[in-house]
Amino acid sequence: MAQSASVVAEPVLAVEGLSHRFGERTALDGVSFAIPAGRFTALLGLNGAGKTTLFSLVTRLYNHRAGAIRVFGFDMLRQPTQALARIGVVFQQPTLDPDLTVLQNLRYHGGLHGLARSVIEERAREELARIGLSDRAGERVRTLSGGQRRRVEIARALLHRPSLLLLDEPTVGLDIDLRRQVLEHVHDLCRAQGLAVLWATHLIDEVLPGDGVVVLHRGRVLASGLVEEVCAGSGTLGEAFARLTGGGTR
Amino acid sequence: MSALLYGRCLRSVVVREGLRFVHQRERFFAALVRPLVWLALFAVGFRAVLGLSIIPPYETYILYEEYVVPGLVGMIQLFNGMQSSLSMVYDREMGSMKTLLVSPLPRWYLLVCKLLAGVMVSIVQVYVFIAVAWFWEVQPPPLGYLAVFPALLASGLMLGALGLLLSSFIKQLENFAGVMNFVIFPMFFASSALYPLWRIREGSPGLAWVAELNPFTHAVELIRFALYLRFDATALLAVLAALVVFLGGAIAAYDPGRGFWARRGGPAEQG
Repeated sequence: MAQSASVVAEPVLAVEGLSHRFGERTALDGVSFAIPAGRFTALLGLNGAGKTTLFSLVTRLYNHRAGAIRVFGFDMLRQPTQALARIGVVFQQPTLDPDLTVLQNLRYHGGLHGLARSVIEERAREELARIGLSDRAGERVRTLSGGQRRRVEIARALLHRPSLLLLDEPTVGLDIDLRRQVLEHVHDLCRAQGLAVLWATHLIDEVLPGDGVVVLHRGRVLASGLVEEVCAGSGTLGEAFARLTGGGTR
Repeated sequence: MSALLYGRCLRSVVVREGLRFVHQRERFFAALVRPLVWLALFAVGFRAVLGLSIIPPYETYILYEEYVVPGLVGMIQLFNGMQSSLSMVYDREMGSMKTLLVSPLPRWYLLVCKLLAGVMVSIVQVYVFIAVAWFWEVQPPPLGYLAVFPALLASGLMLGALGLLLSSFIKQLENFAGVMNFVIFPMFFASSALYPLWRIREGSPGLAWVAELNPFTHAVELIRFALYLRFDATALLAVLAALVVFLGGAIAAYDPGRGFWARRGGPAEQG
């Protein structure tokens, strides 16, 4: 009973018929997909596919023109406060202040979400322990490695206990080992905490078996579902992606 | 959303700005050295050239150094306001502006927090400067140091809001040079910061008219009068009016529905 209830439950993120234009250029055209709790979903697309525009709309850096974005049923245009409070974001560019300590960066973020100081301290301790950086809390971000900074950014995004974690190409600039570490870390979070994750990437090998995948190409969704469903009949995801994007210019 | 959440958000933005300021000592010294160079070199040289009559709020003949200090206080705030515009562009490139804007609190409030944080930093700089100026024998009445605080808050907010508005038009860091040439210098020189309005009028009535319309003139006069325990209602009204216009413009520019971010180079849209 409980299982069937979770199947019909409201998706954590629902994007419906989303379109956006910059002047004459169509960046997104009728994009629809949904992410349930506990699922890691890769937003797979080449550069220029519209991934960053989609991220900007889902994080409400600017408003969409057509379609709908709902986070736990909260409409991004009409209830942005409730929707944004449930989202944690890791942007593509580094967003930690290098001159401030790890803890000061986390406090800043917690404050922006209106968390009490004591709550921030407690959660910061927890999150830093989870990423194995408890002993670095008082050090300036400048002294951390690229991989450590990324993990601090993920910890920071989780500080206000979001249900949806958005990551925009979070492994850019990381070497293969660090990439795998960050990827595994986020998969673990997904499993352990039931987080819904949307992970934008152009790297096919960042999609693991059992993940969800949304193939975005030239502003349109060409396929979405579990990776096994998207691959059906095409062999590997790489082959499926090539087939979809090669023949996808409708 | 309760007032408590808003308060926590404001506190964390102010604390961050303060920490950044403390960590960037060179920025602090640059901000302090600039007006001191003007006071120590320019003002001394200029003293012989410019004769000043007794004009309000002064009750006696004053040295040029004394006249120019409020103008230099304004300069600190002008630079700070523009520098915060620089930091917005820089922040935007760094992505930390995005971190601020994805907070669930209303965007206008986030921008006001950012603005207040910048003004607090500029007020600290101003107090250090007027403390140093005291040793140059620029010694306003002791209560003036207290009375100038609200004036600094109003003028700092107005200039910061202008910087915020400008930041929405700047796409790259390099364009800050343009802001220097087309905003900071004209605002500073076409004002009562360096010479009284009646002096400008003698030289060029047209320029005096421009200076009277220049909100920076009113910021400087508001500070000057407050520092000498006088109140200049016209200056206050002008500063507040400019604040409303600039802040309104900045909030519109950063609005997710209408702002530049939604258009990003596309043709302007209706509404």
